[in-house]
Amino acid sequence: MEMETTISLLDMRLLVPELTLICVGLILMLLDLVVKKKELIAAVGIAGTLVAMYGTYKLYGFYDPQTAFAGMFVVDGYSNFFKLIFYLNIILTICISLKYMTIEKASFGEYYALLMFSTTGMMIMASAADLIVLYLGLELMALSTYILAGFMRTQPRSNEAALKYFFLGAFSSAFLLYGISLTFGLTGTTNLKGIAEALGALSIMDSPIAYLGLIFIIVAFSFKIALVPFHMWAPDVYEGSPTSITAFMSVGPKAAGFAVLGRVLFDAFAGMQVQWSAILVPIAVITMATGSIIALAQTNIKRMLAYSSIAHAGYMLLGIISGTHDGLTSTINYLMIYLFMNIGAFAIVITLRREGFQGEDLEDYMGLSKSHPLASALMLIFMFSLAGIPPTAGFVGKFYVFLEAINAGYVYLAVIAVAFSAVSAFFYLRVVMYMYMKDPVKEISLTTSPSMSIALAVTAMMVLIIGIFPSVLLNLVKLSILG
Amino acid sequence: MEDIIYNQLGYSILSWTVFLPVVGAVLLLFVRNAAAVRWTTLLFTIATFFVAFPILGNFDKTTHKMQFVEKSPWIPSWGINYFIGIDGISVLFIFLTTILSILCVLVSWKSIENKVKEFHIAILTLEAGMLGVFVALDFFLFYLFWEAMLIPMFLLIGVWGGKNRLYAAIKFFLYTLVGSVLMLVGIVVLYFAGGKTLDILALSNMHAQFPFQLQFWLFLAFFAAFAVKVPMFPVHTWLPDAHTEAPTAGSVILAGVLIKMGAYGFLRFSMPMLPDATKFFMVPIMVLSVVAIIYGALVCFAQKDFKRLIAYSSVSHMGYVTLGLFALNTQGVEGGILQMLNHGIITGAMFLMIGIIYERTHTRVIADYGGFAKIVPWYAGLFMILTFASIGLPATNGFIGEFLIMFGAFKAKKILGVFAATGIILGAGYMLWLYQRIFFQEANPDYDAGGHHHVRDLDLREVITLVPLFVFVFWIGFYPNTFLEYMHASVEHLIQGMELTAVAGNENMIAKYIMEIF
Repeated sequence: MEMETTISLLDMRLLVPELTLICVGLILMLLDLVVKKKELIAAVGIAGTLVAMYGTYKLYGFYDPQTAFAGMFVVDGYSNFFKLIFYLNIILTICISLKYMTIEKASFGEYYALLMFSTTGMMIMASAADLIVLYLGLELMALSTYILAGFMRTQPRSNEAALKYFFLGAFSSAFLLYGISLTFGLTGTTNLKGIAEALGALSIMDSPIAYLGLIFIIVAFSFKIALVPFHMWAPDVYEGSPTSITAFMSVGPKAAGFAVLGRVLFDAFAGMQVQWSAILVPIAVITMATGSIIALAQTNIKRMLAYSSIAHAGYMLLGIISGTHDGLTSTINYLMIYLFMNIGAFAIVITLRREGFQGEDLEDYMGLSKSHPLASALMLIFMFSLAGIPPTAGFVGKFYVFLEAINAGYVYLAVIAVAFSAVSAFFYLRVVMYMYMKDPVKEISLTTSPSMSIALAVTAMMVLIIGIFPSVLLNLVKLSILG
Repeated sequence: MEDIIYNQLGYSILSWTVFLPVVGAVLLLFVRNAAAVRWTTLLFTIATFFVAFPILGNFDKTTHKMQFVEKSPWIPSWGINYFIGIDGISVLFIFLTTILSILCVLVSWKSIENKVKEFHIAILTLEAGMLGVFVALDFFLFYLFWEAMLIPMFLLIGVWGGKNRLYAAIKFFLYTLVGSVLMLVGIVVLYFAGGKTLDILALSNMHAQFPFQLQFWLFLAFFAAFAVKVPMFPVHTWLPDAHTEAPTAGSVILAGVLIKMGAYGFLRFSMPMLPDATKFFMVPIMVLSVVAIIYGALVCFAQKDFKRLIAYSSVSHMGYVTLGLFALNTQGVEGGILQMLNHGIITGAMFLMIGIIYERTHTRVIADYGGFAKIVPWYAGLFMILTFASIGLPATNGFIGEFLIMFGAFKAKKILGVFAATGIILGAGYMLWLYQRIFFQEANPDYDAGGHHHVRDLDLREVITLVPLFVFVFWIGFYPNTFLEYMHASVEHLIQGMELTAVAGNENMIAKYIMEIF
């Protein structure tokens, strides 16, 4: 297939947000040499992200999807909505990191630069219309995140997290490359639209090679999203990483993974929808089951939230399984909601951390409502939202994916999903129970900062606003519809 | 649009009623002093009652239509509206809820000492949630209130409850949640079956389009939610724990309003939307109801705990309610609704009285009591009235409700009526025996006038708390028409709507249906 091969400099304008973030990242590294105050570096980081956000907003003025570099890079509502998730993710992460990284004695300027690079990787993934570009974005994101996971370099468990994440990440990259090569071998192109055309022309849609390529690609993304049985890394990495990075990772790379999964499946493998839905159904079921059930046994709250994050990925998958563009939109909607409630919950976990006190055990939450009623009330909101109880945003997210799954005829999947969401309610409730219904056993003092308060206020407000007025988000997420 | 009458009062009376408690709860966040918190809450619960009051005068009793309707788009992309209104079935529950909420604040005046602010915020949000359930005319809105209510109730039991409160709170939450989420799946299926609408009235009008197979599964999905809430045998086991461990206010709300929502759900959703399935399940549910009546009563005989006994008696009494409703005739349904009110009043009052005596004795073990007729004569007298009302003695409200239900049950299935009637005898047995053990026999000298822990009789606040409920005990007992005439048109309409459907409990059809399903 002959394509336009000349690359116009004008194409760069679609990359403005990504370039902005890369530049900001580099500036932050240089700034770190001369500036002592990390607050300033963080502020520059947030300002840079806002500039990039403005760039995305401006690019969005073009209603039709815009492609650059011979169709390898695309800017459309789909990618822009994901970028919005990434921007909010990085801004909220920076807000909750500031004080925390000082306590962990790991407050270096590179931290913020790496967050920028990682986010750029995610953005490239969201915009990738070509498997090679997709791979580039994925590696940029992953490599930066490996380092961030091991950022507390004096702590063995942080080292372990980074190493584990790296090995399994490399493993999954190999899967991805296998899948890409098989697909390329069969279709002769790495362009997503091109693959769809070639597969369509193949006429034997169930060609084993296409099937194999599809499976490899799904497996690779399943690693990134932490779908069972490719989730083994998640609990250890989530527990060992700095908590702020756990919050960052549980939303960003997961959302990026869903972004590419959605685009690849809906664009390149659109003709094999029946097949990939069939592959994803058992994955979704065991993901929900494993996440919900193993979380019941956790006593470390970060580990518990890690399993909860696995379970949530299972619910999100329902939207993709439904195989419709509306279904995919419901997944994106869920991701946006998950961003607020999950970062909110991790923010509370971080406030418990102080010099010489981890504050990660469930027992540390005993009687928290007595000494810190406000923090407990916020945690209560986040926990009920994660459990999917109205009037919180978590319910809206679940309702939407169930709606689309049932619309596509997967009533039994919805029944399984609600059953596991009832199971998972137990461990979220347990946190509430510890905070409100038990007596404190030790003195807990919270570490807060203005930026942390802002992050908590924003996330809690959004959880309630979206919960009570879902239209606020639903009207926006509609713009993200693919194609 | 002929089924609704928009609100003509010039202000949104139902919205004000539902959200005034929320306003109160938000305001409480800024109140520091415990006494101020109590007074503010009392003020808001009373204000809510008076805001709702004009409904009684302006309610048109001659029509089944939804009244005081407010409707505005809420989630347009899903076709979901903020749609509220009331008819003869829901109107009385608004008042039951508002009155009981006031009493709950009063009864907690002294018994709640820690986390006073949080307690009253929970009470107010709970009130808003309950009122919302009764006025919602959109299934999504209904579900929102239905589930949101769980949060304050969970906290009420778990934070201010008795010794075993954690177990009871979690059990309560998970039982109801499992039922509710299955209903959620049913709601979404119904949403697509009804052409992407969750408008309760529209769905009720198009039931003829729903094939039996769909109705069958939807009925089961809704049954999961409503039966747990009622609670029906065999999913009743959360109730005794929740009732026993909850603080007095929590027990009163649970018994008075919360468990009525299950029965209300049958009336508002299962019967009008799924009439064929309702008829199909009529006999099995009546049988379950009779089992609950007799089983609940028998278990009462074995109870050693005062509060737990009343909790099990609720299982038995709610058995009458579902028996009446699923008799599917006017008498049965009206009796069922009336009995829901009666049970709210009687059991609500009983839990208030148990709370009052528990504050003084700090025991709920029946064997610790005895001779209280001599120690607290006023209390004993009032409890006697409740005992009689609970047994269903003529001149009390309990009699009217049970009579109508028995009437309906005999009309529908004689043999089940006979079994249910034995429950009345058992009811008299355990209640009178309870009364005997607590108020007669040898008095515990400790509690007597000269004892260490002299038990005071009722004081003024407590009498004020109790009197409204006793007024209703006799009002309904002597002149039930005041209340029945509110619901009559709506119940008639409900029954008529069900008779119009193809099958009328025809046993031959049932075999065919079973074939259809499998």
